[in-house]
Amino acid sequence: MANAYQIIVCGSLVPDPLQTLEPISTPGGPALKNELMLPAALDPWAGHALFEAANLAKQIPGSQVWLVSLGPKAKLQQLMMSVAQKAAFSFVPVEGNAGGFMSSVDCASALVKAIQGIAGLDMGRVLLFGGWESASRGAGSTLQLVGDALGIHDQFMGVDEIKVLEDGSFTVLERVEGACHQESLCAGAPAVLGWATGNLPEPTNNPQVGMVNMRSIMPALQKAVKAEVGLDGVEYVSVSLPKQLRDTRIVKDMPADEIAREIVEWIKK
Amino acid sequence: MEKILLLGFADQASSKLLAEGATVAANLAASLGCSWEVALIGEKVQEAANTLGGSGAAKFYGVEGEDFAFARYSSDLPAAEALLKESQATVILVPGSSRANRVLSALAMRLGGRADTHITSVTAKEGKVLANRWFYRQRMEACFSRPQRPWVMGLEPGNVVPQAFSASSVQVQMLSVALPDAAKRTKVLGLKYPAGTAQTIRPDAKLLFVAGAGWTKKQADGQIHAGEAEKAILDFLGKAQASLGSTKSLVDQSGEGNAVLSFMTHLNQVGQTGSTPRHSKGLATCCHGEEPHVVGWRFVTERRAVNMDANCGWARGKTDVLYVADAFEVMKKVNEILSA
Ligand SMILES: Cc1cc2nc3c(=O)[nH]c(=O)nc-3n(C[C@H](O)[C@H](O)[C@H](O)COP(=O)(O)OP(=O)(O)OC[C@H]3O[C@@H](n4cnc5c(N)ncnc54)[C@H](O)[C@@H]3O)c2cc1C
Repeated sequence: MANAYQIIVCGSLVPDPLQTLEPISTPGGPALKNELMLPAALDPWAGHALFEAANLAKQIPGSQVWLVSLGPKAKLQQLMMSVAQKAAFSFVPVEGNAGGFMSSVDCASALVKAIQGIAGLDMGRVLLFGGWESASRGAGSTLQLVGDALGIHDQFMGVDEIKVLEDGSFTVLERVEGACHQESLCAGAPAVLGWATGNLPEPTNNPQVGMVNMRSIMPALQKAVKAEVGLDGVEYVSVSLPKQLRDTRIVKDMPADEIAREIVEWIKK
Repeated sequence: MEKILLLGFADQASSKLLAEGATVAANLAASLGCSWEVALIGEKVQEAANTLGGSGAAKFYGVEGEDFAFARYSSDLPAAEALLKESQATVILVPGSSRANRVLSALAMRLGGRADTHITSVTAKEGKVLANRWFYRQRMEACFSRPQRPWVMGLEPGNVVPQAFSASSVQVQMLSVALPDAAKRTKVLGLKYPAGTAQTIRPDAKLLFVAGAGWTKKQADGQIHAGEAEKAILDFLGKAQASLGSTKSLVDQSGEGNAVLSFMTHLNQVGQTGSTPRHSKGLATCCHGEEPHVVGWRFVTERRAVNMDANCGWARGKTDVLYVADAFEVMKKVNEILSA
């Protein structure tokens, strides 16, 4: 069977998608109104990456999982209250601005430093996981940059599956155009896998895992280094909400066949 | 003075993406009063280059060969790097695709520049290049500029009407890029279609048909009618040649042992953690219209919804018409009319 992996998951927090978001302008660039008060959630695709990492680590004995997150310390701590129960990992927090308007280059360089600081890192065994795009910047750039800076030149994005073979090589399915997957065979670690949804349901909370995780999470948070994450020179001319509201015509009490006729007419128009 | 390069892949010629990119490049070059060039990567690039013969591009470069036939980070990146170095362009426009997006950020970084992806428009104002893109998964749109060069921009597909350029035979300056063995650790095996979805997702369809979890919920008679739902939906998709979208709740159910629609996968999911397809019309059925779903409708122009609940999310300004009705009944009738 394959060598044990060191799976490093990059993932942070984003505003809960059910919240209404409103842009504001601050001296440090665009931000969200009440950004620090908004309830946060683990970035969804990064979450899938974490669950896939934990699952893979279980299959290949000796594998380890780290979660590297950049964000405001207090919010990361809150986030861990829920995430810590989902999967076993060592936490590597970095204190910094996780807002969507902030530079992915700054963010990536902070993550690279944090990853290089992990004791006992063996690049020949590293799988760098994360979401293929964030729910904040949505650029698909951070993980790519981290991987390239770490010298990892096998990168896969929009990943829905990894299958490890006997000899340590693995196949990967990546989402591509036309609603299908591109299948590739990679010789082995190191590699970057930017996850889409994958195939696993969200794990149920496991309080025991949570307790073990929390023992290392709290000291890690206390030691979290601060990173300067800013605009990287970008000049925002405007940030605006789309004209969202339509004048919805609500049709009640219309017989089904009449509705059907209207719909068909509209489709054919 | 800027210099513009359209960087594309040969296989983008058949999908209009290359023509879209060339349209953006030609317009931007015209407003900046500068020239623009084309660089292509692929197994063979001449044919794709010829399609832009009449586009006004000043020069064509290419990297071609078997090693560059497939989308692979470790070969696409050095090829693109060589092309950018040769052209010395300052603004690089790249038709956005999974292949392009996989390498753009690292590409720009390696050359001391920066990349931005999912760009919806590029303009010039008083000689300054401005780009637009969405943040927070289509929640808000920003217009910005940046100082670093090269500035690599991944263009989101479907934002411009591609000009019909005349084709003619062009001279392509080929660069040779030798890949070390380390760049061949990954072998692309091919494409795989998840069972069933190949026929249900049609990116070019006029109509997006979204099915929500309501299709597999207990109905007025206290029963689940998943079989009937499948039939109604597949019937409709075939007749209307619509593309099938789904809510997260409906695709997630397959993992939870609930009633499922056999042809639904995560690739169908529209929304915050799904896709943001482009269709001129969209019809939502048995879908509540919650915000994380509806952000995926940002580029669906005309919208209608069928839901039993007059207070569902769609009622709050998210659709043009909300029919408060039973989607089972309505779609059955729709299918009857369509087959008549
Ligand atoms: C982090 C995160 C990310 C998310 N990302 C996404 C995403 O990408 N995409 C997405 O879709 N959701 C997403 N969601 C989930 C989203 O918030 C909603 O929960 C989901 O969209 C609801 O799906 P639904 O409308 O199908 O189901 P429900 O909310 O269960 O609604 C079912 C609807 O069907 C109607 N109905 C039932 N029977 C009938 C009938 N016979 N005729 C007509 N109507 C009927 C009901 O009235 C109801 O409105 C996300 C949530 C989170 C927290």
